[in-house]
Amino acid sequence: MSRPARALVVNAAVAAVAIVTLVPLLWMVSASFMPPGAANTMPPPLVPRTPTLEHYVALFTRLNLLRNFLNSLLISGVTTIVSLFINALAGYAFAKLRFAGRDRVFQLLVVGLVVPAQVGMLPLFLMVRGLGLVNTPWGVMIAALASIFGIFMIRQYALGIPDELLDAARVDGAGEFQIFRRVVLPLLRPILVTLAAFSFLGTWNDFLWPLIVLSDERKFTLPVALASLVGEHVLDTELMMAGAGVTVVPVLILFLVLQRSYIRGVLMGSVKG
Amino acid sequence: MSADPRGTHVTQTRAGWLFVSPALGLIGVFFVVPVVVGLLLSFTDFDIYALGDPSVARIVGVRNYAQIVSDREFWGALRNTLTFVLGGGPLSVLASLGAALLVNARLVRFKSVLRVALFSPVVTTLVAVAIVWRYLYHPHYGLIDFALRGLGLPAVDWLGDPHWAMPAIILFSVWKNFGYNMLIFVAGLQNIPEEQYEAARIDGAGGWARFRHITVPGLGPTFLLVGVLTMIGQFQLFAEPYVMTAGGPLRSTVSLILLMYEQGFRWWRLGYAAAIAFILLAIVLVATLVQMRLQRLERR
Repeated sequence: MSRPARALVVNAAVAAVAIVTLVPLLWMVSASFMPPGAANTMPPPLVPRTPTLEHYVALFTRLNLLRNFLNSLLISGVTTIVSLFINALAGYAFAKLRFAGRDRVFQLLVVGLVVPAQVGMLPLFLMVRGLGLVNTPWGVMIAALASIFGIFMIRQYALGIPDELLDAARVDGAGEFQIFRRVVLPLLRPILVTLAAFSFLGTWNDFLWPLIVLSDERKFTLPVALASLVGEHVLDTELMMAGAGVTVVPVLILFLVLQRSYIRGVLMGSVKG
Repeated sequence: MSADPRGTHVTQTRAGWLFVSPALGLIGVFFVVPVVVGLLLSFTDFDIYALGDPSVARIVGVRNYAQIVSDREFWGALRNTLTFVLGGGPLSVLASLGAALLVNARLVRFKSVLRVALFSPVVTTLVAVAIVWRYLYHPHYGLIDFALRGLGLPAVDWLGDPHWAMPAIILFSVWKNFGYNMLIFVAGLQNIPEEQYEAARIDGAGGWARFRHITVPGLGPTFLLVGVLTMIGQFQLFAEPYVMTAGGPLRSTVSLILLMYEQGFRWWRLGYAAAIAFILLAIVLVATLVQMRLQRLERR
């Protein structure tokens, strides 16, 4: 085959794969604008003939999904900000501050990376219940405010900070926390953005733990609310697609904005071996 | 001014422990303690009555484990989970590798757009896209069966037929996850020096030979990493069957975590559920070690 012909075949194959990958998401958006019942006709329509916003209106008025949206936003936002700060402090200390036992403790932490979170979930639920945090946003957030993975990523990045910079600040009389705030945090910015994206998307998309902790539908996060909604509205295809869209589109936009940082994080997290 | 090195040393020790203590405290209380307590819990008959009054829970030794081993539900869930891991895992890795080779091909245009498009399912909310796929799999109105009929193939009742429900979940999860490993493979491919391919071309090696003798060995360490990470992830199957099939039809898609969830949080048999969690942990650890050993043998 000649080179232009090969280029055509390869590019056509790639385009086909990309379209097949995107069809479920495109159909979700398209069907969400169709009037009730329109998606369930033959042949399946790909675009709405008479677009309508009625499902979005129903979700945000009758079905109160706005409350669930705000719950998700609050839980993901607070988890991201708090965990970023706590992980950054620890990750920097493990990389750059010299203290006895540091490396031993860090090695022990890394062992924890192979234990799936579900293993501790039953006692964790009993603890959260004992603290009176069942059915509250704090109950959902509390176990995610520090993460071994986050500490690990920040440590790897912080290892690259030159010691001379920190020593110079020390000679100038800066305290360790001041150094962290004024010198280290600005240097960690790229990895903090990456981790913020990971943490926000991870918390937003999480399902099992919020499903266990939350029992009142007004307290549900979006994924839990959706899973409960599909039980009652399984026949309302277009409504469910609008609900799925409301959940997925914000994270897709966030990903598109932060794609460089996010992809760097995927690659960084994968070279730990 | 504290240029005195010993003074710095003391402050650093204090600051060091101060900086790590919030993280260590949280991880200790909300991760390490629950895992240890979970192991203890698995040796008790903690149930719905103990939930009201913990003092009624009794230590029962390995009774939960003995019961699990004789429970057909458990073996079903184990078989379903292994089908998902051993069927879906390799399929997902192959799809990732294929996509990576395509995206990385020299003739391909618009690479960065393409990479983002293929990666986008990874960042979507699992529950939301699982619901979308539920409708795509619909035997009458779903796009997938419509496409199959269009190709002259028989339509399949994907989520309603016990033989097809797990394959349907596998197919969905390949779509959801292949982008992640694709990125890792692309990075691995870019680490293989171009000169190796040039040399092979000069020696007259064809496309397949170059793939077999340069690309595959060049990706060796990447395969191990991707294999282990994918497998650990696959063992945690939960939301897909919860949302798409509720474990059915005929319990053909109940996974170990779904069984743990049902036993622990629907029937409040927390001791029994904790034992399931630890059996899962043991299986994951053994499988990880086996995979690392196998790949090491293969490279010799």
